[in-house]
Amino acid sequence: MLEQLVNRRYWWFRLSFLLIVPGLYFLLLHPLITTGRFELGLRASIDFSGGALWEVRFADKAPDEVTSAEVFQAFSSAGFENPIVQMSQIEVDGMLQADALVRTRALLPDALLQERQAVEAAVNEQIGPHTIERLESVGPTVSRESTINAFIAVIGALLAILLYLWWAFREAPHPFRYGMCAVISIVHDVLIVIGFAAIFSALNPRFEVDALFLTALLTTLSFSVHDTIVVFDRVRENLLDQQPGESFGDIVNHSLVQTLPRSINTQFTTLFTLTALILFGGETLRNFVIVLLIGLISGTYSSIFNAAQLLVVWEYREWRTWFGRGRGESGETPAPTAG
Amino acid sequence: MRSRELTSLVLIILVTGLAIWINWSPNENFFGRDVRIRLGLDLQGGIQVLLRTAETDFSRDELETARGVIERRVNALGVGETVVQLAGGDRIIVELPGVDNPEQAVETLRGTGRLEFIDSQGQYLPTGMLVRTSSSPNPLLTELEPVERVEELGPVFQSITDGADLDTGAVQPAFSQGAIGGSRPAVSFAFRGESARSLASFTARSVGQPMCIVLDNRIVSCPQINAALTDGSGIIEVNSEIDRDNILNQLKYGALPVPLVIETSRSVTATLGQESVATSVVAGIVGLTIVAIFMVIFYRLPGLLATVALLIYTLISFAIYRYIPITLTLPGIAGFILSIGLAVDANILIFSRLREEYRRGREIRNALERGFQESWSAIRDSSVSTLITCIVLFLFGTSFGVSIIQGFALTLGLGVIVSLFTAIVITRTFLRLMAPFFSEERSWIFGLERRPAPVAATASS
Repeated sequence: MLEQLVNRRYWWFRLSFLLIVPGLYFLLLHPLITTGRFELGLRASIDFSGGALWEVRFADKAPDEVTSAEVFQAFSSAGFENPIVQMSQIEVDGMLQADALVRTRALLPDALLQERQAVEAAVNEQIGPHTIERLESVGPTVSRESTINAFIAVIGALLAILLYLWWAFREAPHPFRYGMCAVISIVHDVLIVIGFAAIFSALNPRFEVDALFLTALLTTLSFSVHDTIVVFDRVRENLLDQQPGESFGDIVNHSLVQTLPRSINTQFTTLFTLTALILFGGETLRNFVIVLLIGLISGTYSSIFNAAQLLVVWEYREWRTWFGRGRGESGETPAPTAG
Repeated sequence: MRSRELTSLVLIILVTGLAIWINWSPNENFFGRDVRIRLGLDLQGGIQVLLRTAETDFSRDELETARGVIERRVNALGVGETVVQLAGGDRIIVELPGVDNPEQAVETLRGTGRLEFIDSQGQYLPTGMLVRTSSSPNPLLTELEPVERVEELGPVFQSITDGADLDTGAVQPAFSQGAIGGSRPAVSFAFRGESARSLASFTARSVGQPMCIVLDNRIVSCPQINAALTDGSGIIEVNSEIDRDNILNQLKYGALPVPLVIETSRSVTATLGQESVATSVVAGIVGLTIVAIFMVIFYRLPGLLATVALLIYTLISFAIYRYIPITLTLPGIAGFILSIGLAVDANILIFSRLREEYRRGREIRNALERGFQESWSAIRDSSVSTLITCIVLFLFGTSFGVSIIQGFALTLGLGVIVSLFTAIVITRTFLRLMAPFFSEERSWIFGLERRPAPVAATASS
């Protein structure tokens, strides 16, 4: 089985495809089909779309004593049209308390205090005593800029990694390939993570793409390249030590098998820490950690089953046969190996 | 060989000792440096606002002046650990931790150095008294006067002038000539527009009556009106030159050169913050413990040594957070917990390699050294690429507010650097020191096993 890692490369590519396609559907087509309008299937948080987020707690009310309709009414009467209200419960000292997350338009830049006071008065009058535990308001200028910066950050990081790997692998033949294959496998992870985010957005009304999501995405990116480098480093080492009769595919396969224990063990330890974060890290970080978990698993998968395999594809220039008569899945395809 | 290990060991003990010293220094004071752990607003409660200039026409100097003004005002609040800094080309970030009514604090900060004349209804109000005026009914309450409710401050007095109409160019030091007892220090002022007109008509109506001068809701003085101030200008008499300079500064430099609007604000109560701290601490401890158990089960003695190295890693990291200081935010803590994963990975890389080399039939010391040598390039390259991502995150993190994404990038980046030290220096020295106690029979302690029939080493360079 382990000897066949490289030979089965098109199987791995297909698996990646299978995982990416549903995400792409939810990202690009689902909103079009359900609403008739074209938009990205990601629910952007106030960080990227602007608006305000309120967290209101009712210390002396049980979760079923406050309805979202009441909260909706209170916010509407305070001048916030069409608030989006989500009720949940918080356990404080063994007591369950009602907790409302409300999303509204951004606060007026000149009347922060008045708007807060208006809401406090309305909620006090219509529902009862409460505390505003959190109030975040992001204006349109900053949210637009954040969106642009987010794109720049992801693309900038990709470019920087490509350049660094190109340079770091300068002693290996075709160093550019290492950088490029690493970047392709990162793009794979980014697609997986964004795809899952689109699926979550469709299924879970509380899921939002926020600044923390971007952080998780960039961490995925860096951990993925981390894994890829460990594999590539072994390929480079084994390549310099190439035995007669050993094909490039064999070398990549050996390298994968040799680095497998490390990949699995590292994956385990990060899984442990992340699971601890999910179980004990509280509500605020949960979405962040789940995204990170998906990203890390995808990152390890793509470094073993995509990045390294792509090196082989590139070495044998297999794309020449992709659209011809059938694929060269044997890996024994005779091809130039010279550097 | 022995002396090299000894030097490393001494270095490790010194660094660890230093870290312990910083972490547990008495009164959290390390040679005069405050080494408390700084918690971000999301963890201790407070507000962060992004103030943006309301006009596009302003100079960099004006923005810098505005920052200075806000900083002086923030300092007057006395809340401590505040941040006031420029961000991007047109905004100022203000962070106020531990303020109870954050939106109110910010509203007042944003106010100009507000000079007002109020109709005191014939009363002579005492200097320094906090009053409510019709144009500023909710004065900011400072730490010196923790007034719970603004209603207790008494009635709202009618403002005659609006602070925004003050002509700062006309604010000059002056001397009052006609007063009893010779000349007294004073500050000249002039109002423009509507304020000048209403000041003129009020003073014309109320000659012989008192009129109170209020600066940012505090009574400066309540002089008697001797004559109508027809052109909206006049002087404020004060008791000493020190008072005069204070008022002059507040009026002249206390006024914002550009109007600011609140672009973004994030406020969190202390309760919510404490819950987050508690949960992350639990998550961190549980995560570390599970990793430690896994490492010991899987790698035995080296795993135990790596766990010790990991503890030292945690000590060093927190000592650095305290010393620099780095403000810990929720994403920052997540960054730290993730960096534990990276620190462990370096060890796993080395141990896996060690196992491999040993299986190939190498002698333990040789296998150890090769384990380190051969894994170094992978550790180096992957660390550099993680650092690159951290730098990109740090550079583009500003628009999300100083402490949110940058905090994560900072702790993760720092973690990468510290973990290089722990993996390369600490784990390596520990393992070298243990190597003499190794024997074939006890190889299980090291988590090693030889293949029954050692194959001829394939790589022998």
